[in-house]
Amino acid sequence: MIVSGEQGRRNTLPGFGLTMGLTLTWLSIIVLIPLAGLFIKTFELSWDQFIAIVTSRRTLNALKISFGLAFAAAAVNLVMGVVIVWALVRYRFPGRRIFDAIVDIPFALPTAVAGIALTSLFAQKGWLGAPLAELGIKVAFTPLGIFVAMIFIGIPFVVRTVQPVLIDLDTEIEEAAASLGANRWQIISRVILPSLIPAILTGFALAFARAIGEYGSVIFIAGNLPNVSEIAPLLIVIRLSEFRYADATAIAVVMLVAAFLIIFAVNRIQSWAQNRFPVH
Amino acid sequence: MTDGQIVLREAATDARTEPRLIRWIVIGLAVLFLTVFVVLPLVLVFAEAFSRGVGAYFSALLEPEGLAAIRLTLVVAAISLTLNLVFGLIAAWAITKFDFPGKSFLITLIDLPFSVSPVISGLLFVLLFGMQGFFGPWLQDHNVQILFAVPGIALATIFVTFPFVARALIPLMQEQGTLEEEAAVSLGASGLQTFFRVTLPNIKWGVLYGVLLCNARAMGEFGAVSVVSGHIRGETNTMPLLVEILYNEYQFVAAFAIASLLAMLALVTLVAKTILERHLDEGQQLSDD
Repeated sequence: MIVSGEQGRRNTLPGFGLTMGLTLTWLSIIVLIPLAGLFIKTFELSWDQFIAIVTSRRTLNALKISFGLAFAAAAVNLVMGVVIVWALVRYRFPGRRIFDAIVDIPFALPTAVAGIALTSLFAQKGWLGAPLAELGIKVAFTPLGIFVAMIFIGIPFVVRTVQPVLIDLDTEIEEAAASLGANRWQIISRVILPSLIPAILTGFALAFARAIGEYGSVIFIAGNLPNVSEIAPLLIVIRLSEFRYADATAIAVVMLVAAFLIIFAVNRIQSWAQNRFPVH
Repeated sequence: MTDGQIVLREAATDARTEPRLIRWIVIGLAVLFLTVFVVLPLVLVFAEAFSRGVGAYFSALLEPEGLAAIRLTLVVAAISLTLNLVFGLIAAWAITKFDFPGKSFLITLIDLPFSVSPVISGLLFVLLFGMQGFFGPWLQDHNVQILFAVPGIALATIFVTFPFVARALIPLMQEQGTLEEEAAVSLGASGLQTFFRVTLPNIKWGVLYGVLLCNARAMGEFGAVSVVSGHIRGETNTMPLLVEILYNEYQFVAAFAIASLLAMLALVTLVAKTILERHLDEGQQLSDD
């Protein structure tokens, strides 16, 4: 948010009309018109047709798989993200800086590369797949594989939203609590965790949203069996290749609305956190 | 770096840190998790790429299909970088140098592509330009090829990388305010002179930062490009798409060889990003004084 009481002075710079016009034009061409096109296409369907597509068995299962596994993976990321942040911020250990840097790799590595690497890693003869197979656990080409890929893609979201908050957290409050006789667990659960919660929830929501829409890193390891291990984005691709545009569009709208709701929730969490902790 | 946490205070009663056992468990879990989910996949890419030796690696890269994919990836990245750079600079100028109602809503709109699934990003352009799409029949009549050709791939890539440059610049330029530009203008500089001589030198690290992230995503994009490409061999396959094809054909060395180039791009991007963040932090500290 920018606060300026000097409205008059700001307008002395040239180029507002031109740059704003260009911005709105380019934004419309690349983002707004294509997105509007998707919704217009959906309105060509009647409500009953839309419901019939979305509630057909295969679509419903694909949506369940995408949303359910994304939620579970984001939950794992929530817990492990906090553990990782805690280790990186509060402790010193050999290789800490390197581990801090590699947290960003799931952001930076192209999804197709992540996809084939995870598949080979967890395949029956893979480095991790072979020992897991001996334990009777099959990861690649099962829903468990989708789960693993979604965990991979979501790690940085929780770590990178929680980390700066924990770094900025004033340790004086902890010392005050300690001097008042609180034990370590009380300090963590009553002093530290509450101030991390908005960041944790934001990271969770971002990881969840990313995993729902994720395609490249999932499809190689998924197995892609309809109703079992077929994610919603893949079903969109399949419907497109069958020229069933209406089906593809209806699934896309459901996913897009969900994504926008999550972004809305994140914004609410942020403003709630700002009201609760006005310092930030 | 020499804060109290380094000193190992072992007294279990110390309420300012955790007992040693808990500390080792937390560090162990974090290291194990990152090793399994991040380090091993990355190492595996290079191990598989070189599993049949350096010769096999390079001959896989130098296949005509591989070279065509590399060329197409570079062309598409160059197109989307240029357009997004120009847009990002223009949008950041309009948003940060002036006050107007609805500013935060406009920023939300610019950010939208980040919350759209890659596959849906591709679908948007199929719905516009495909045969059943809004402009499909017209394009067919006039013999213009957008889908399954470079323009479609470029459009989808521009969409998914749309927010990067603007997003890197807006917070930076907001912080810098407008005083320097106003001084330049009052001394008689034109708008463009002010931008190139005053604003641009102040934001150069931010511009590089945005371009870097934009480039990494543009070269690595898979889902969106996969939907609009048509997978015509040697013509519309970018590097990530070729990785998919080779992998599905069990040409693992070739798939991982191309993948290793993309992985190196990711690593270089991360290192460069860390360096740039240091420059940006320094700039901020200077302006704080």
